[in-house]
Formats: sequence, C-alpha cells, structure tokens
Amino acid sequence: MAGRLFDKIWDRHVVASPPDEPPLLYIDMHLVHEVTSPQAFEGIELAGRKVRRPDLTVATMDHDVPTKGLDQPIADPLAAEQIARLRRNAQAHGVTLYPLGNIEQGIVHVIGPQLGLTQPGMTIVCGDSHTSTHGAFGTLAFGIGTSEVEHVMATQTLRQAKPAAMAVTVDGELGPGLTAKDLVLGIIRALGTGGGVGSVIEYRGAAVRALSMQGRMTVCNMSIEGGARAGMIAPDDTTFAFLEGRKHSPKGKLWEQALDDWRGLATEDGAAFDREIRIDASALRPAVTWGTNPAQSVTIDDIVPDPAALSTPALRQAAERALTYMNLTPGTAIRDIPVDAVFIGSCTNGRLEDLRAAAEVIRGRTVSPRVRALVVPGSARVKAEAEAEGLDQAFTDAGFEWRSAGCSMCLGMNGDILSPGERSASTSNRNFEGRQGPGGRTHLVSPAVAAATAVAGHFTLPGDL
Amino acid sequence: MPDADGGGVTRVASRAVALDRRDVDTDQIIPASWLKRVERTGFGAGLFGAWREDPDFVLNRPGATEARVLVAGANFGCGSSREHAVWALQDFGFRAVVAPGFGDIFRNNAVAAGLVPAVVSEESAARLFAALAADPDAEVVVDLAERTVAVPSARVLEPFELADYARWRLMEGLDDIGLTLRHEPEISAFEVRRPAWLPGLAGSA
Repeated sequence: MAGRLFDKIWDRHVVASPPDEPPLLYIDMHLVHEVTSPQAFEGIELAGRKVRRPDLTVATMDHDVPTKGLDQPIADPLAAEQIARLRRNAQAHGVTLYPLGNIEQGIVHVIGPQLGLTQPGMTIVCGDSHTSTHGAFGTLAFGIGTSEVEHVMATQTLRQAKPAAMAVTVDGELGPGLTAKDLVLGIIRALGTGGGVGSVIEYRGAAVRALSMQGRMTVCNMSIEGGARAGMIAPDDTTFAFLEGRKHSPKGKLWEQALDDWRGLATEDGAAFDREIRIDASALRPAVTWGTNPAQSVTIDDIVPDPAALSTPALRQAAERALTYMNLTPGTAIRDIPVDAVFIGSCTNGRLEDLRAAAEVIRGRTVSPRVRALVVPGSARVKAEAEAEGLDQAFTDAGFEWRSAGCSMCLGMNGDILSPGERSASTSNRNFEGRQGPGGRTHLVSPAVAAATAVAGHFTLPGDL
Repeated sequence: MPDADGGGVTRVASRAVALDRRDVDTDQIIPASWLKRVERTGFGAGLFGAWREDPDFVLNRPGATEARVLVAGANFGCGSSREHAVWALQDFGFRAVVAPGFGDIFRNNAVAAGLVPAVVSEESAARLFAALAADPDAEVVVDLAERTVAVPSARVLEPFELADYARWRLMEGLDDIGLTLRHEPEISAFEVRRPAWLPGLAGSA
C-alpha cells in the first residue's frame, strides 16, 4: 500500500508496542504554558520524578497574560500566581521559558513555528487543543490534557491508540478575497463539529498547496473544531522556504540531510484513507458563524438559517438553542447583524499576514462609533514586525486598540472579554457560549471581514465598503 | 493519576443526571475563569457554571449532588483540552459519563484521571434518556467488567464501548507514568537513534 504522511511520522516515533497496550509514541517537542502545566509540574515533583528532556520542552505565557499595562504588576492575583508558578517551575526543571517582555513570548502555537521549533516529520504536543496548528509543517501535533502533560514531562512519550486517517481534499482555487479561514470554516461546516473524532486529517489538493504557511496554520489550527485529533499538510517548497534560516532550523549539512528526509514524507500517489471528503474551493464564499459551535456557519451572502430545515431532531434542538443564545431570528440577513466588538488575533489569525490583511482594509477608514475594536498580535515578535511596517499606526489611526501579545479575547481569561449580551466579529476559533466572556455572542470570521465589519458596524466584506 | 478515591473503579451504581444535549464543549463544563487555579481539586462549584445559573438546569434538580453517573448527548467534551473539565465532574461527584461519543482529548483525560467515559450508541442513549425521563430517581448501573449500562427498574440494559487497556487502567486505578517507565530502556535506545537535525533547547532562557 502506498505510504501516507501520517503513517510515516507515526511509525518512526513508535518506541514500543507491547501486546495488548496502545503503542508508546516518542514526543519530539513539548510546548508548555501557564494554564495547563502547574498541576503536571506538581505531579512529577510529588512523585519524585523530573522532566526527562528539558531540552525538548519549551514554555511561554499566553493564556492569561495582560495585553496592556505590561509595565505594571499583573492585576489579577490568580493570573499573577499562575504566571509566577510557571517561572518557578521552568527554573526548577531547567526548561527554557519565554516570559512576558521577551521578544519570543507569545501564543505557544505562534512561537513554535516562528522559532523554527516546528519542523516536518516531528511529533509535537501541548496542553492545548489548538496544537494541531503545527500540522501545517507536515508534523503530527495534537493537544493533550494535564495528566498527559505530566506523562510527557516524565517520559517524553505518550501512550496513544493510533487514530484513523482522513483526507480532506480541496480542489480548485479560492476566489478573490477568500482566505484560509473561510476555507477551514467551510470544511468544518461539511464535516460537522464531531465529524473528525478519532481521526487525523490530511488536507490535500490544489487549494491547500496554494496556501502560504500562515494560511496552512489557520487551516490545521481549526482541525479540532471538526473534532479531529490533528490536521496535517505535506511539507513542500513553501514549507522549506519558511523554515530556512530560523533560529532552531537545521543549518549547513544538517539542513541538507533534513531536506532529503522531509521531501520523502509526502503521501504517495494512490494512498487510501479511512475516509475522504472533497471540497470545491471555487464554490466557497466568506464564512460567518451564526451559532455556538464552529460548524454552524453560513456565507456572508446568506441569512440566519431556520432550524426546522435541519435533518435530525438533535441538530434542530442544538440550532434552536444556539439561536436563542445568539439572540438571532431565522431569515435575518447576515449583513444586517450589528456587532459591538471586533477582535483580531489568536493562534488562528494572529500572525503577521493576518494583521496585514486587516490593516489593508482599515487604512484610511474609521471604526464605527458603535464598535470596540481590538488587535492582539500572536507574539511579541509579530507585534514588533507589524510595528516596523507601521501597521500599529494604521490600526490606531482607524480607532483600533493595539495590544501586546497573548490569547486575549479568544478565551477571555485575561480580562479582555465581551460584556453579557455583547456581539463580536472575531478572528478566533471558537464561538462557544460564553467563550469570550459570560453571555458574550461570538461570530467567527476572517481578518479581512473582521476589519471591514469594524468599519461598517455590521457584517461586511471589504469590497462593500 | 488514579481516581479521586485513590483506587480503581469497577462498577458505578447511583442515581443519574440526564443532560440531553449534543456537542457539550469543555468551556461549558468548566468556564475559562476557573482555569486560573493551580490545584486539581475544588472545581465542582464551577461545573457547568453558566448553565447552573438557570434554576431549572438538570444539575440544580433535587438529588443531583448524589448522582455518580451523567448521561449526555453526542460528542460530549468537545473543544478545549482542559482536563479541569474532568476534575470538575469528579469533584461534583460523577464517576462515569455515558454518551454516544466524546471529544478525543476529553476521553483520554477522563481515563487518565479515573472518570469512566462509556460510549453507547445513539439508540442506547435514547433508551437511557427515556428511562430517566420516566423516573428521574432511577438507579443507573455502569458495569466495567460487563461493559454495560443498565437502568434495572426500567429493564434497560445497554452495551458500551471502552477500549481494553483503558478499562484495565480504570479498574486497577494504575499510575500510567509508572507503567510507561517499565519501558525506560526502549525510550533510551530510541533517543540514541533520533536524527541529529531535530531541534533542542539548552537550559533556561
């Protein structure tokens, strides 16, 4: 049988496969942040264990860090304690930490690729479900819980039953103004929020190959929103060009060796998958979610759907609940829905390319007086690079707040939240009830649509302005 | 880590809470504001924090605090990887969750922490919900040895899926890290073979 990218990576990481037990998989890189690690560090300490490979472990602060007033002490005592714990734990266990104030600090899934720590053929885990982001490099990367974080710290391995292999093939070409975000929301709409459970998705096809690395990260990032264990894209010249010269990318002779290896990772022609779905990229339009899970989306040209039209009672019930929570009426044109807040950032859309796309839309325009608009770069380095291009000025001139790096309003742990009843257009990844603050209502969109919506005060395309 | 009682779990028999909703994400099970805690305990008060503000929510009904079994809709525990969701369910009192499918990370977290994730068919779930709607006080029995979930008073007996290894670990209450460290020689041998180009970081920044 022709080899698949997923199997090639899986097979080379099996340390042991004892009879009647799931295989033991070696982990090449373990990313750690402040929220899901304190109990794991405590666990290994209580058991008298140590971090087996601190050199394959890297930590940063992202989930509950403030995004303004960084010269002040952290106001939230619980967040301050969690952040102090990470400092202490990293120091005690010899783990490299990129703390607040360091140029490499940022959302863990933005800094891995930025540092060249994310490379093809690797296994990467993190106590965060959006670890699937790293699959954009032809990496097997997935989120784990705190007990598994502790297990990786102590053993550098994970016991994992092998997931199924699913192919999502995207034929054709994305239309003008269409982005990776619209593509992945379209994929999740087709898949359903639980459609990928138990599977690793390989994204294939012309439209995927045509994406930049930033776009590929956006697609793989949201694999979990379709329920998938991980998402991946075969490495190619786009991948290698992104990696060459980065801090932790191989250099000299090792770079040549690595390239030889990486070129052999792609799925071979004729490989079969456990399940395959096909999407026509040319049929997609900019996506906007209307409900409370990321599969509940339509295009910006559509209306809020009628739950009665859905196929099963469970889906109808979920849609009715979602519309009640979102305070939406079936039949309302998406473009007629006003928003109170716009959030541009997150591990989905907080990279330089995303900020550029949004800045292009708002340059010379003004944020609607009814809208509070926030830009939060994915990392301190992204922030610095954006400022070097003058993007900060473009955003602040238009009326956006320009913040420091972190997860921020994607999950609202750091005080950047919606008020109850407020409605946002957000470039993040989850529109769950209360995700951006208790009672907040989230609509997921691309950076360009978020920026245009900030100007208009309701959902809009840049071309409509 | 073994379950909250420090041992294994072979059978859970108690009244149940029926949460007939699909795609319940871990943000609902334990809201993000609770994730700032650095302990594994004390999350029960935050369980379904937003939904519990509704006095009619199933967790607010009489007897819910005595329930050890939660019966839920498909794709339970999707979304965020937060194991705090499992800890919150356990802290409230649950020892088993029965649903037609779980988020992958939630299911792994449950097994690791000692909460039984029992996967039933949609049809089985419908019969369990019907039995609990007819008698909310009915005893539900989750039997790991037989891999069945029953409502004896309603003569409902349904099979559930749970992988052999996960079941064994839950029943024995074993420390997963200890089991893995029996393979330490293989891990060390593997490390010697890793390609030289792979990244590593030296020491604390």
